[in-house]
Amino acid sequence: MNTNSNTYTIVYASIVVVLVAFLLAFVSSVLKERQNANVELDTKKQILSSLNVDFENADPAALYEEIIKEDMIINSLGDTLAKEGGFYVKVADENAKDKLEDRQLPVFVANVDGATKYVLPVRGNGLWGPIWGYVALDDDKNTIFGVYFSHQGETPGLGAEIAHEKFKKPFHGKHIMRNGEFASVRVVKPGKSDPNAEYVDGLSGGTMTSQGVDAMLMDGLSQYVVFLKK
Amino acid sequence: MSNNKEAFLTPLNRNNPVTVQILGICSSLAVTAQLEPALVMGLSVTIIVALSNVVISLLRNTIPVRIRIIVQLLVCAALVTIVSEILKAYAYDVSVQLSVYVGLIITNCILMGRLEAFAMANKPWASFLDGLGNGFGYAIILVIIAFIRELLGSGNLFGIPVIPQSFYDFGYLNCGLMLMAPMALIIIGCIIWVQRAKYPDLD
Repeated sequence: MNTNSNTYTIVYASIVVVLVAFLLAFVSSVLKERQNANVELDTKKQILSSLNVDFENADPAALYEEIIKEDMIINSLGDTLAKEGGFYVKVADENAKDKLEDRQLPVFVANVDGATKYVLPVRGNGLWGPIWGYVALDDDKNTIFGVYFSHQGETPGLGAEIAHEKFKKPFHGKHIMRNGEFASVRVVKPGKSDPNAEYVDGLSGGTMTSQGVDAMLMDGLSQYVVFLKK
Repeated sequence: MSNNKEAFLTPLNRNNPVTVQILGICSSLAVTAQLEPALVMGLSVTIIVALSNVVISLLRNTIPVRIRIIVQLLVCAALVTIVSEILKAYAYDVSVQLSVYVGLIITNCILMGRLEAFAMANKPWASFLDGLGNGFGYAIILVIIAFIRELLGSGNLFGIPVIPQSFYDFGYLNCGLMLMAPMALIIIGCIIWVQRAKYPDLD
């Protein structure tokens, strides 16, 4: 058979493309459910991790049920829109809305060893792509109890260090309010300081990512100001 | 038989895809700042090169010459997508760690290079071995580079600190420059240098 004729080439290309498309669609639909479950479980782990909960030897899903009491949705005016469902709010989509008042803001109310904690999700941009995190506050809505940061594709060893304990630890115990006004926690170059807010050291070699975290905290938490002052 | 053995063994050293064929340099720079992603990347590429080599080798007599590159690309892309989907479903943590790099395997020149140079002209079993050999040859180089970069750049191996604290107390500093991509290129250069010095006939 002449494999170089036009007809053969066109027929061959069509068949191969259809076969591959069918195969990929099949694989994707078979695995979809498992993947979604993984994503949800991962989100739960991230939230638990911001609360400094150790889920290494436990079932994270069960722990999440036990610790997280509410996942409510509020707006920037501090009104509660829903008692539950905050878990399923796509924070990146909400941040893209022009009007601050239109954004749905999830708040996770947690109970860790009898104390109430509030977990607020934040989203931002690093050097190469999205970065995100969860900030857990004590019930004074001021003191940081714990943080979780992660990223999609920051430089390993440099910007990617935001996900590591060494970067996250200094946030513990920092205050996001100063004299009753929101000031955030600034991420500054190591050795520098900030007179107007409490601060932690950024990453040397990961300046752009550190600035991304700084902006993410500033923008993300400032949406909650009314809620935080209540 | 000896041909098959050769197809598997030469890419490990004398015909190494990275240092001799100079393929797959881009990803050698991108994923070698730490050992773990380098290792997983090496293994994923090995699996995908071997499988796509087999598929293309089976199809080699039916593929129209004029669209052969497109067909090769399609096969790689499909395999990479499937591997990435399976990782997401069954090894979510690994897939999160590799993030964009899994998708970038498609752009790894080793794949297209081996498909075009070997699988189009050889039987499936030989192609499979050639894919394994080239994958491992790539993985070895990645691991060597990542070992040097992680050790000197962050003082860790597989994320575990190995440089004793007393060194730092004496003023030893991690070399942040090692974590930058250009240093990977320089290390590859050094590996090529050593290899050429050992086998002068490679030129």
